[in-house]
Amino acid sequence: MLNYLINGISLGSVYAIIALGYTMVYGIAKMLNFAHGDVIMVGGYVAFCTTSYLGWPVIPAVLLSIFVCMVLGIVIERLAYKPLRAATSLAVLITAIGVSYFLQNVALLIWTSNPKVFPNMVTLPSLVIGDLQISSVALVTIIACIIIMIVLTLFTNKTKMGKAMRAVSEDKDAAQLMGINVNATISLTFAIGSGLAAIAGVLLCSAYPTLMPTTGSMPGIKAFTAAVFGGIGSIPGAMLGGILLGIIEIFGKAYISTQLSDAIVFSVLIIILLVKPTGLLGKKVNEKV
Amino acid sequence: MKKISKSARSSFINYGIVLIFFLFFQIMLSTGKLSNSLSGQLIPICTYVIMALALNLVVGISGELSLGHAGFMSVGAFSGVVVATALKDVITVSPIRLILAIVIGAVLAAVAGTIIGIPVLRLQGDYLAIVTLAFGEIIKNVLNCLYIGADSKGLHFSMKDGNSLNMETGGTVIINGPQGALGIQKISTFAAAIILVLIVLFIIQNLVNSRAGRAIKAIRDNRIAAESCGLNIMKYKMMAFVLSAAIAGAAGALYALNYSTVVPKKFDFNTSILVLVFVVLGGIGNLRGSMIAAAILTVLPELLRQFQDYRMLVYAIVLILVMIITNNSKAKDLLGRVGAKIFKKSAVQKG
Amino acid sequence: MKKKLLAILLTTAMVCSLTACGGDSAGSTADTGSNTAADTNAAAPADTNAAAPADNAADTNAAAPADNAGGSGSLTGTLNLGVIGPLTGPAALYGNAVDNGAAIAVEEINALSSDFKIELNSQDDEHDAEKSVNAYNNLKDWGAQAIVGCVTTTPCVAVSSEAYSDRMFMLTPSASATSVTEGKDNMFQLCFSDPNQGSASATYISENNLAEKVAVIYNNSDAYSTGIYQTFQAEADSIGLDVVSVTTFTDDTANDFSVQLTEAQNAEADLIFLPIYYTPASLIMQQAASMNYAPTMFGVDGMDGILSLEGFDTSLAEGVMLLTPFSADAKDDATVSFVSKYQAKAGEIPSQFAADAYDCAYAIYAALSYYADNNGGYNVDGVDYTELCEILISVFSDSNFSVDGITGAGMTWTANGEVNKAPRAVVIENGEYVGL
Repeated sequence: MLNYLINGISLGSVYAIIALGYTMVYGIAKMLNFAHGDVIMVGGYVAFCTTSYLGWPVIPAVLLSIFVCMVLGIVIERLAYKPLRAATSLAVLITAIGVSYFLQNVALLIWTSNPKVFPNMVTLPSLVIGDLQISSVALVTIIACIIIMIVLTLFTNKTKMGKAMRAVSEDKDAAQLMGINVNATISLTFAIGSGLAAIAGVLLCSAYPTLMPTTGSMPGIKAFTAAVFGGIGSIPGAMLGGILLGIIEIFGKAYISTQLSDAIVFSVLIIILLVKPTGLLGKKVNEKV
Repeated sequence: MKKISKSARSSFINYGIVLIFFLFFQIMLSTGKLSNSLSGQLIPICTYVIMALALNLVVGISGELSLGHAGFMSVGAFSGVVVATALKDVITVSPIRLILAIVIGAVLAAVAGTIIGIPVLRLQGDYLAIVTLAFGEIIKNVLNCLYIGADSKGLHFSMKDGNSLNMETGGTVIINGPQGALGIQKISTFAAAIILVLIVLFIIQNLVNSRAGRAIKAIRDNRIAAESCGLNIMKYKMMAFVLSAAIAGAAGALYALNYSTVVPKKFDFNTSILVLVFVVLGGIGNLRGSMIAAAILTVLPELLRQFQDYRMLVYAIVLILVMIITNNSKAKDLLGRVGAKIFKKSAVQKG
Repeated sequence: MKKKLLAILLTTAMVCSLTACGGDSAGSTADTGSNTAADTNAAAPADTNAAAPADNAADTNAAAPADNAGGSGSLTGTLNLGVIGPLTGPAALYGNAVDNGAAIAVEEINALSSDFKIELNSQDDEHDAEKSVNAYNNLKDWGAQAIVGCVTTTPCVAVSSEAYSDRMFMLTPSASATSVTEGKDNMFQLCFSDPNQGSASATYISENNLAEKVAVIYNNSDAYSTGIYQTFQAEADSIGLDVVSVTTFTDDTANDFSVQLTEAQNAEADLIFLPIYYTPASLIMQQAASMNYAPTMFGVDGMDGILSLEGFDTSLAEGVMLLTPFSADAKDDATVSFVSKYQAKAGEIPSQFAADAYDCAYAIYAALSYYADNNGGYNVDGVDYTELCEILISVFSDSNFSVDGITGAGMTWTANGEVNKAPRAVVIENGEYVGL
């Protein structure tokens, strides 16, 4: 029982970190960035290549992976999404899907379809308390998740850049009038979101160590669900949504049916949304008439 | 003589396009000029055209983003297969079985659409999108554990595995969980597919140009204003959503009966997205556009086969570029200018 | 108005470029084909007839008897051979293995003689029935005379019924479900069928007293895995093998197995039967190890390849047993030569998919040579695929026809398309497959 809970929280923490990226981008650009899951995959591959082929130690490898993903995030935003800023949200959605296909197929060409087994990045012994055994990866994932949330909350609330971000998400035009560089702010958001994706990629692959060009897509969709679950646009919401989703998934598998675990996850999501139509911590936006 | 209204004219052009498409390919087929590759795609093209029309009803006309339409297609596909297979010995005329399969597929998909629509349509925007996505995944997941068999006593259902169907010997397993339906008799025909496209087009165009259709569009454009005019929001939204689900179900039945096997995995999130791409690329709310986009984009990956490993990469790039070009005013201007130059040149040369 | 004009312009541009593509495709594939043929010619001098390399001769006992060089029973012409498999998408791994394996066999066959050539054309099906039928139709347009494929089960069921009504011969390297061959006389398998593997595994476990209590973890969104599980369960029930825990996962949930493993552990299973592919299996082994749970793991042919998984700690697979027709570590000449060629081509150790595809190409070559031998020579140039289909069906169902390949010696086929070859149980010891 406790073991399941720990597993659930650890899986949920990965979802939460991915969901944070979704939520931030959504908050600023009001777009569902379906390519986010594939950035995770790229992050995983970069870390894999640097450690396995170049023999780098873990920390620089993870830092490089974060850096590469940040650059990738900015490039994607500049090339694919920026020209569509005035377009309908559906047009942006389709473009994001195009970017997702693009990244998957580039990865297929570079790294081939053969799965790679990700080296364990966390080589600490696992924690044993009585009957309970917590693997070090789970522990690191949970801690990383908490740290990221705290740092992000401080960043958006206390720093100038963070405030600029919130201003842009409230009202782009007004923010511009106040002298905020909207383009730079949006780029920054994508960079942060993609950097988080890289961390999520490393953690995801450490816990479930197979790496394929399609590795990111299902966690991506689940994390997207998690972001909506918690109320999209809200940072603590994404966190809460992710962790709850992970717990529900593991418990559903353990106590109801391994076959129907996804159906259970999505059913809970639907029920929550029916009771609270804007997610657990989402803001209620009043319509202007 | 009464002048034909603009919308009626546009409707007739759409019927004309479908008929010309049919005649052209039918002649090509009967004279043997058509490549195998293209002739094998005629029914899938029609299926996707129908799917695009169905989704356009929800996304374009009713203004709700649905990411789970493949789920309805899947309900229609599997119920259609069960009907067609179970009645194999009772009704030997395959066109009648096909019609029955399509109708029952549509009805069951409509039932699913109603069950899903009642809770879902209370939500808005991205929340609605994610819930439709969730329902699509749930339908896929449930169908993955569904086993249906038929013997002389009738149909048997199970959610566990094929062995627990308790069928008498000689019974056939129609749907075998994740392995899907096997040994389907192919009874879909190109002519039937075209007739279905025409019927769907007829239904949607009539709905759009009717009182109800105007109400649906009014709700899309301004929900609050529409509500204050006394329109029953839920009723009209449900009308569009359930009708769309039924059409998707019919498309699913048509699609499934064109292949000898069909699996639940086929109708996943990616298929929903694929259809959404048709609708967006063809122009949201533009029926003709989605028909053309569905046809072209179904054939496109096949035509890109010569790029081999780069095929899907090229497809992705084309998708991104087309979205940018059609939605960005700068890119549009640039293209317009280049286009104008080329036209001018050719005009000069002609002169 | 301007908008409309632009739309028309775009559409025309698109259509034009498309039709241009369509026109070219046949030409360009044919080009690549003949290029490879030319290359191999250059590499292997013209006298290959007289002295075929030793390793090839070993593969093709039935195919190239030394005395038919230039004789009346020789096989001539160029065969258009199509391959259908997932070259992109989540199952791309299997399709690419098959593509490479078949290509190596074809290069070798083309180097054997200057009279008979095979041109290979591989088409992608993305592991999807619809795309697979498209790929098949594309190959028909190209002029394929026989098909090696499809790689995965569901597409294979769809394509084989098309091929059945068209009368095109198909030999699949890896689609193992019975529904693939059922009721279709044109469809042959080179791999074991699922029921064979499921019941053989149950029998093997019980006969060798490997376990008291057995747990099963299978992928219930996969036809291959479910198929093997069902026959395993049926056989286990009839021979009294105690199956204490059956859990599943799907492709979408194939990352966390803690629940399934805990359940097996709580049921005190001392053997876990894994009728799944090696990628999820590697995760199961890792997670079992981190739980300090060490049952015997028993796999089927999908498990093969686990040792060559890049980055996988092979010590985790220690003691894993599997039934497989092929192991890349076998020391016979044919396997060694194939493995080294494959590594040079694809940069990795070949899996059983590659080996099966390699044997497929040789089996078709052997069948044609067999027919040519018995009928005073045969020229495949321009032969209609329907004619070739009947010939190949008659040869493959001929009980005198057998093929020695790297996945089995003396393979024969039953008339309903299933292969007869001995499954080999191997165990992983010190990071190597060791035959039992």
